[in-house]
Amino acid sequence: MSISGEATGTAEVKAVPVKHPGRWVGVAVIAVLAAMLINSFFSNPQYKWGQQWKYFFTSPILHGLGITLETTVAAMAIGIVGGIVLAVMRLSPNPLISSVSWFYIWLFRGTPVLVQIVMWFNLAYLFPHLSLGVPFGPTFVTADTNKLISALTAGILALGLNEAAYMAEIVRAGILSVDEGQAEAASALGMTRTLVMRRIVLPQAMRVIVPPTGNETISMLKTTSLLIIIAVPELFQQGQNIINRTFITLPILIMVSIWYLIVTSILTVGQFYVERYFGRGSSRSAPAATLPQRILRAMRYNRPIDHDGNMIFSGPSKR
Amino acid sequence: MSDGTAMVRAQGVHKRFGIQHVLKGIDLEVQRGEVMCVIGPSGSGKSTLLRCINHLEQIHAGRLEVDGELVGYQQRGDKLYELKEREVARKRAEIGMVFQHFNLFPHMTVLGNIIEAPTKVKGVSKTEATERAHQLLAQVGLAGREDAYPRQLSGGQQQRVAIARALAMDPKLMLFDEPTSALDPELVGDVLDVMRDLAHTGMTMFVVTHEMGFAREVGDKLVFMDDGVVVEAGAPRDVITNPQHERTKSFLSKVL
Repeated sequence: MSISGEATGTAEVKAVPVKHPGRWVGVAVIAVLAAMLINSFFSNPQYKWGQQWKYFFTSPILHGLGITLETTVAAMAIGIVGGIVLAVMRLSPNPLISSVSWFYIWLFRGTPVLVQIVMWFNLAYLFPHLSLGVPFGPTFVTADTNKLISALTAGILALGLNEAAYMAEIVRAGILSVDEGQAEAASALGMTRTLVMRRIVLPQAMRVIVPPTGNETISMLKTTSLLIIIAVPELFQQGQNIINRTFITLPILIMVSIWYLIVTSILTVGQFYVERYFGRGSSRSAPAATLPQRILRAMRYNRPIDHDGNMIFSGPSKR
Repeated sequence: MSDGTAMVRAQGVHKRFGIQHVLKGIDLEVQRGEVMCVIGPSGSGKSTLLRCINHLEQIHAGRLEVDGELVGYQQRGDKLYELKEREVARKRAEIGMVFQHFNLFPHMTVLGNIIEAPTKVKGVSKTEATERAHQLLAQVGLAGREDAYPRQLSGGQQQRVAIARALAMDPKLMLFDEPTSALDPELVGDVLDVMRDLAHTGMTMFVVTHEMGFAREVGDKLVFMDDGVVVEAGAPRDVITNPQHERTKSFLSKVL
């Protein structure tokens, strides 16, 4: 970027910067739209500001938020563990094991999650009793399916097992991104395949796995609202209950949305630190810049930025 | 395992990658405490032979023994039985390997790289492994760099850590796969010094290299391979100064 002093003398380059009139037109349009929106907040009585704040910290809403968080954590736990297992199976040299994984991903990714939720909820139609025993032989324990699988359990299972299919592809991409020499060096030291995977390959794959997993978690938080269809008392359902009682529809939906926004914002911050942890030891991938820094940087250099906050250069010189 | 057996013995070893015939009947022996250097043009099969020795590649014909035991198989009567993964791993643990591109674990510190296999594979305690790691780092001239990550080291330093990592398993044989080929010229010397010192401790070494100076000075035996066969073998000085075969002559005239 800078011109070296020895070669061209010490004078700094002074040039008139390129003008960007289109950008200023864009800024003006956005400013007008924003002003209209803010104006409507104050002038439109239908927002009923004040109504939603009354419910913001009430116990049904907080209880619903708790269930939403619980469901997100449980479903993501199932999804991540299941995804790792499926990804390792998918890469197995045994064709049967890798086909089973392929089939699972095909099935769970190929059907709508809403349909899967309703199916898990109605599992009792297909199997009224669940038993533990010898296949085709005697059974030891039997339970009523409806008692064993509550609406919440059905919801968590449906979301988690569906998520596992997506996580499997993310984990697989991560594993494939690790240089083959790593597994080779580890095997040469006498490590078994399981140990190589656990200690060498997966920790390095995390760098590639974590960012999309953060996205999946944020997405899952919002997807839990689908459980309203099987009457799980999560955040959206609780909001809907208030609406059914009071008929103040939009204000309550705005309140619910604000809660979702608060949690997703917190998750975004958490993701930043998790990524930094797994990026240790490699100088390139550590996301050093926070969002305000990124915006400042991009404005200063007039360059677009990628997700890591690095500027995108279209020319061949990358650094 | 008596002293009479060679550390490495290859008899008529063949290796194919699909239709490509990479090793076409290799015969050679490395005695205990010997340093064997293998030279040859790229694609001659020398790295493949090295990788066969610790079973990173499987051979298709012939016999390959390390320390009197078959590599990757067990013989009972007339039949060969493939070894289980755990047994292959156990045998690999006794053979150190150093790669052209170092292959250090980038998510671990230098210390973590060195103590990983001793603690996880051999079950050595962490304190004991750490103590040994300090010694080894001193031996390769990198005392005090325990907490650095591989990225923070130069190529030459990384390769010396890789040598320390292999030595931490107390191997009976060390394989070197072009250990200095990926290094800047001014860093090659440090790595060769460490290898020379190691040879003087009596370690059995199998070195695929392009460093003729090292081969002449440190090597006990020199093998020239071309197109999957051993063209010429002998004392390094003889092979280098007085090659018998046309192919050896033409190769040496290009590299010397």
